Amino acid sequence: MSIKEIDRVIPVTRGESVKTRERRSVVKPKRWKRYEPLAIGTIAVGAFLGVWQAAATANMTAKWMPALFLPSPTDTADAFVKLFTDPRQNIWADLGTSGFEFATGYVGALVIGLGLGLAMGWYTRLQYALDPFVNFLYSTPRIVLIPLFIIWFGIDWQSKVAVIFLGALFPVIINTMAGVRNTDGALLRVARSFGASEALIFQRVVLPGAVPFILTGFRLGVGHALTGVVVGELIAARHGVGKLISDFGVTFQTPKMFAAILFIAGTGMLLTWLLQRIEGRFQSWRPQIKS
Amino acid sequence: MRTASAKLVASGVVVEYWLARSEALFTAVEGVDLEVRDGEFVAIVGPSGCGKTTFLNAVDGLIPIAAGSLTLDGREISAPGRDRAMVFQQPGLLPWRTVLGNVLFGVEAQGTMTKGEALERAKQQIELVGLIGFEDAYPGELSGGMQQRVNLARALLTDPEMLLLDEPFASLDAQTREMMQLELLKIWNRSRKTALFITHDIKEAIYLADRVIVFTKRPGRVKDSLEIEIPRPRDLRVKRDPKFLGYEDRIWDSIQEELAAKPERLLAGMTA
Repeated sequence: MSIKEIDRVIPVTRGESVKTRERRSVVKPKRWKRYEPLAIGTIAVGAFLGVWQAAATANMTAKWMPALFLPSPTDTADAFVKLFTDPRQNIWADLGTSGFEFATGYVGALVIGLGLGLAMGWYTRLQYALDPFVNFLYSTPRIVLIPLFIIWFGIDWQSKVAVIFLGALFPVIINTMAGVRNTDGALLRVARSFGASEALIFQRVVLPGAVPFILTGFRLGVGHALTGVVVGELIAARHGVGKLISDFGVTFQTPKMFAAILFIAGTGMLLTWLLQRIEGRFQSWRPQIKS
Repeated sequence: MRTASAKLVASGVVVEYWLARSEALFTAVEGVDLEVRDGEFVAIVGPSGCGKTTFLNAVDGLIPIAAGSLTLDGREISAPGRDRAMVFQQPGLLPWRTVLGNVLFGVEAQGTMTKGEALERAKQQIELVGLIGFEDAYPGELSGGMQQRVNLARALLTDPEMLLLDEPFASLDAQTREMMQLELLKIWNRSRKTALFITHDIKEAIYLADRVIVFTKRPGRVKDSLEIEIPRPRDLRVKRDPKFLGYEDRIWDSIQEELAAKPERLLAGMTA
């Protein structure tokens, strides 16, 4: 069953160790305790950047390997700024192309995936009919379809939108369906006991209960969609951030390549964070769990 | 045999389930005959798994009966209806709705009341069950006892002809349960609605009811029926009254007798 395959992502940077979570604090925690996760994380990242910078600087004199193998963090930062300020770069054309492809494919996947997921969750027979297709396509790395899409749609935005759409579609379908199927049987019994119509049960019991699942599907879809953008453009494209990375790679402009990778990573983190915030808003009724 | 003031009449009620795993029909209730008079509070007790909850679900119209007849005010029961409202064992509250929203859910599902009227009366019900000040709280923030108050208010708001209660206090702690029993009687005393209350707690049954019906073990039938002649209003002290203890002994003996009887051949030891 596909429903069981919900890849719920649990953020790895949350919470405290099992040992401290088990025990309740008997004294008021010190104020800095709140900032502890952030502080330790910042120190770790800082230390990593420091080591990296030191290694790259040492490499400049020692010449263990060509400098283009390992640009320093400062080189990368410089390249990042140049990427956006250098008029010859025309980054906005690439961002525009990638952004358009992402938005079209992702939004399409949300709309279609939500509709299909709700319908498949609600009508069991529709699920029986569509399950083989969903399972087949979900199990296939969507990336293997890129050559086919290039034949069908060419190397412009259409083939990218297709692969992004298919990438984000299945997490949305599967999670939405799971959300509908997960409706508490006790709630259904209460609704039926009071003579609720099927439409009312769907609107006021099933749908609100599925919202957290749906939003999880949306969030998981972001990662799949971004993969689609970059990989699609790496393989064949005229413009786009993926194309940019590929160009920097073949011309050995490693600092700029690092900068572009950083940009993609940052976009993914930002979108995921935004969707986590939205998920949080929709769950204000849940009993507060210490995070 | 229907008496003039009979509200609910069950005669020869049979309820069967199809068990997918053992591929067999399972008879939960077999030939229940009982009547509940208008305004009467009847409690059904019986050994665990005797089909008492199943019978109540059939009265609510949630599950169909395989044989016999089940009528409320002379009308055949075939589906849930506005003339009945259930208070469930598990509160079954929508976790994303506040107390007020959950109390309103029953009438909302029935679609019988205008919004303004429903809101007005929901507030009265919330006051009646003692949840003033908690209208905007979410179920996750309430104790088990408070959740059951919401469950009760939701049913009362629909103003049914008959109130069905399925072990509503079973999952509460002993003290909360006693307080809830006391309050239920207070609330019931105002309206004197016909009530059918399922419980496995003999004391609870005697304390609340005008009449206690004992079910046999599965498949459930009526084994015994006992008028409780303890005057109302009853406070919690009546539970130590010799008359009360007498009833308790008699019901307990009746259940013991059932438990001692030979288990059934098919699906023995199974509880449903």
